[in-house]
Amino acid sequence: MTVDLKTIAIEPKRQTFGHIARRFGADRPATRYEEATLDVQATANFHYKPLWEPEYWHYDVRKTQIVMQDWYSLRDPRQLYYATYNIGRAGWNGACERNFALAEKRNLLGGLDPALRGRIERFLLPLRHAHWGANMNMSEACQRGYGTAVTAPCIFSAGDHLGMAQIVSRIGLLLDGQTGHSLDRAKESWMTDPAWQGVRRLVEDSFVERDWFRLLVEQTLAINSVVFGLIYDRADAAWDSAATTVSLLTEFMADWRDDEGRWVDAVISGAAAESEANKQLISRWAARAIDRAAAAARPLAAALLGDEAAAEAAANDARTRATRLGVTLDA
Amino acid sequence: MSARKLGLKQRYALMTRGLDWETTYQPMEEVYPYDRFEGIKIRDWSEWEDPFRLTMDSYWKFQAEKERKLYAVLDSFAQSNGQTGISDPRYINAIKLFITGVSPLEYQAHRGFAFTGRHLRGVGPRVAAQMQSLDELRHAQTQIHTISHYNKFFNGMAEWPHMHDRVWYLSVPKSFFDDARTAGPFEFMIAIGFAFEYVLTNLLFVPFMSGAAYNGDLATVTFGFSAQSDESRHMTLGIEVIKFLLEQHPDNLPIVQKWVDKWFWRGHRVLGLVAMMMDYMLPKKVMSWKEAWEIYFTEAGGALFQDLARYGLRPPKYADVATAEAEHISHQNWCTFYQYTHAAAFHTWLPTAQEMDWLSEKYPNTFDKYYRPRYEMWAQMEKDGHRFYNMALPQLCTTCQIPMVYTEPGDPTTIAFRQSMYKNERYHFCSDGCKDIFDAEPEKFAQSWLPVHQIFQGNCGGATVPDVLDWYKLKVGEDNLDFGQSPDRKTWDEWQASKSRLAG
Repeated sequence: MTVDLKTIAIEPKRQTFGHIARRFGADRPATRYEEATLDVQATANFHYKPLWEPEYWHYDVRKTQIVMQDWYSLRDPRQLYYATYNIGRAGWNGACERNFALAEKRNLLGGLDPALRGRIERFLLPLRHAHWGANMNMSEACQRGYGTAVTAPCIFSAGDHLGMAQIVSRIGLLLDGQTGHSLDRAKESWMTDPAWQGVRRLVEDSFVERDWFRLLVEQTLAINSVVFGLIYDRADAAWDSAATTVSLLTEFMADWRDDEGRWVDAVISGAAAESEANKQLISRWAARAIDRAAAAARPLAAALLGDEAAAEAAANDARTRATRLGVTLDA
Repeated sequence: MSARKLGLKQRYALMTRGLDWETTYQPMEEVYPYDRFEGIKIRDWSEWEDPFRLTMDSYWKFQAEKERKLYAVLDSFAQSNGQTGISDPRYINAIKLFITGVSPLEYQAHRGFAFTGRHLRGVGPRVAAQMQSLDELRHAQTQIHTISHYNKFFNGMAEWPHMHDRVWYLSVPKSFFDDARTAGPFEFMIAIGFAFEYVLTNLLFVPFMSGAAYNGDLATVTFGFSAQSDESRHMTLGIEVIKFLLEQHPDNLPIVQKWVDKWFWRGHRVLGLVAMMMDYMLPKKVMSWKEAWEIYFTEAGGALFQDLARYGLRPPKYADVATAEAEHISHQNWCTFYQYTHAAAFHTWLPTAQEMDWLSEKYPNTFDKYYRPRYEMWAQMEKDGHRFYNMALPQLCTTCQIPMVYTEPGDPTTIAFRQSMYKNERYHFCSDGCKDIFDAEPEKFAQSWLPVHQIFQGNCGGATVPDVLDWYKLKVGEDNLDFGQSPDRKTWDEWQASKSRLAG
């Protein structure tokens, strides 16, 4: 038996907007991702040059050396638009809340010996500043970039990094009994501890990068893979008896890295595949950025784990990934 | 240990402000290169009061919940052919104006707040600006999704991004936002955060959304309700920004005052489109533009500026002129679009006898005296088979880019003309407000991409009206001309006929 409701059949005049139908080459129904993304940014007939950067329009393809025939060819394989982004993150966050509730209830970070607690304060908590730096860079790539297909995921990523900086902060508050003292000490490490200075210099240098696509490569391929990769993926030994708790409380970060990785890989491989010139630029940028990130992470790895091998291994992960994206690193 | 626990405010401060640091490997001036040239002086960013203490986890949670509800309604609206339930098919023309003229501004706001969210030196306002950047992207995308369904059945919406970058009247909202986007970060925050979101939002957002509610547009009104809490946050940010700037240094006052004057007048001119929408395009009226102006600007704005007087800020220059114009602006705009509707992507029509009576009642000082006779003449011309289309291209105001159709303050039968010389070129303006704005920044406004100039210079597809309409991707006979003969109306009549057959 089927139940068949009778409704008035009304034939639509068109299936989607004109700019989308032209991209399809046919008038067929579009997804919500496509309608929310494609050709949404203005492209022509701007009125005034920015007072703060009169050499460019506020939307200007010349703000990077990467040249794309169509910036909307760099689609997001996750097909995120605002609603799906927030609903997805709210889901991860629900798990995160449960994990924090469990850690609090079982006092999982309460009884740590002082040396281990000190290690977490000194090596895990300063990542909140690295996430904040990433937030700044992804906001920059959003405001400076070209085409909604690339720039919308950048502001999503900026939101992610702010969220992750706050999750790391909450780990600190769990450690210090909600006083905030651990966060003060972690900031001190970030600012003065020799182990962190290479990373802080790396992040601060990225703040003055004017080419937004290069900034995107540096942040996502080098800093994310090497610095976050080192601390989140390759430091379990250092967290000792707290390793399970740390991985429980940073589950959001693991979800995020898989998710964002899919997008970044599509953007970088798409841009590199567009032309030999793009490929060479990205190769040069990636090689230099990964080398610099590795150099910055070595003293961190040495201080945390006793040798530099984990930093090199994280850098090699980044190199393998870059090569998979069509980038040549030995030029 | 519990005695030393953090309060909510301190906890939020740690979660946001504590993340930031003074850079030492790169000079702060290089990291934040744009927040000094406007002359705004900030003594201490830490004095910023966070207007809403929202961490990302709460943001995701609230927003996800709202999106789930909104999209459930949009799906249901589409499934049940909700477009057939609107009050009157003329209403759709307000939606056309919205998607081509307003939604692209939401997107511009998204990118603009990403700019201030990166480049203001204070971390508090930066985090707030980033959340607003996300919200504005939300508004652009949910509006596209809401209107997507109407686009399937009605004309005039299918080419919204293409048109926004080209069509003559859309250069009014576009240039407004381009102006804000190309200003420095503090001016952007005053222009959009304060002047637009705080002072004027009730005259833009509320009329469109209330119009939707009154006219059976369940999809748009649901979007409106869903965006309400975002808008309240944006208003809170806007008021905090202006107070913060005024509290930080006395030297900021003249700069902020200049921006308040400029952006009030810029906003007032853009809102003329809303005025005409309220008085003429909504088949079921919410209130007249003049009433809205009295409630939301004269009363609410009056109280606001009284509150801000303690900082030395005075109400915007020409507020009195704008208030006097509330008697005329909707009529003068509708008359303009009525004449030029062959070059517009929405339909116009003459008000019905009943609607004219409503206008007489709402505008006792002006409607019968100045505007009713014009409509009666045009009605006679229509009856005689000569529906009036004005084929001459109008002169545009260099600042607001609206055709020079507005009248002298105090003299509604004389068109106002103002002019300025800059580098041996003469520039024309519709008002003292627009002339002042130009005179303060001639190097900026001399760049304006004026649609009529561009047509005459041959940059808009050709020398004839059909060439230009083709370049606009405006389908002649579908998107444009009088509502009476439009395919939209035909579609609607067919639906009504099939409904009455079913009922029959």
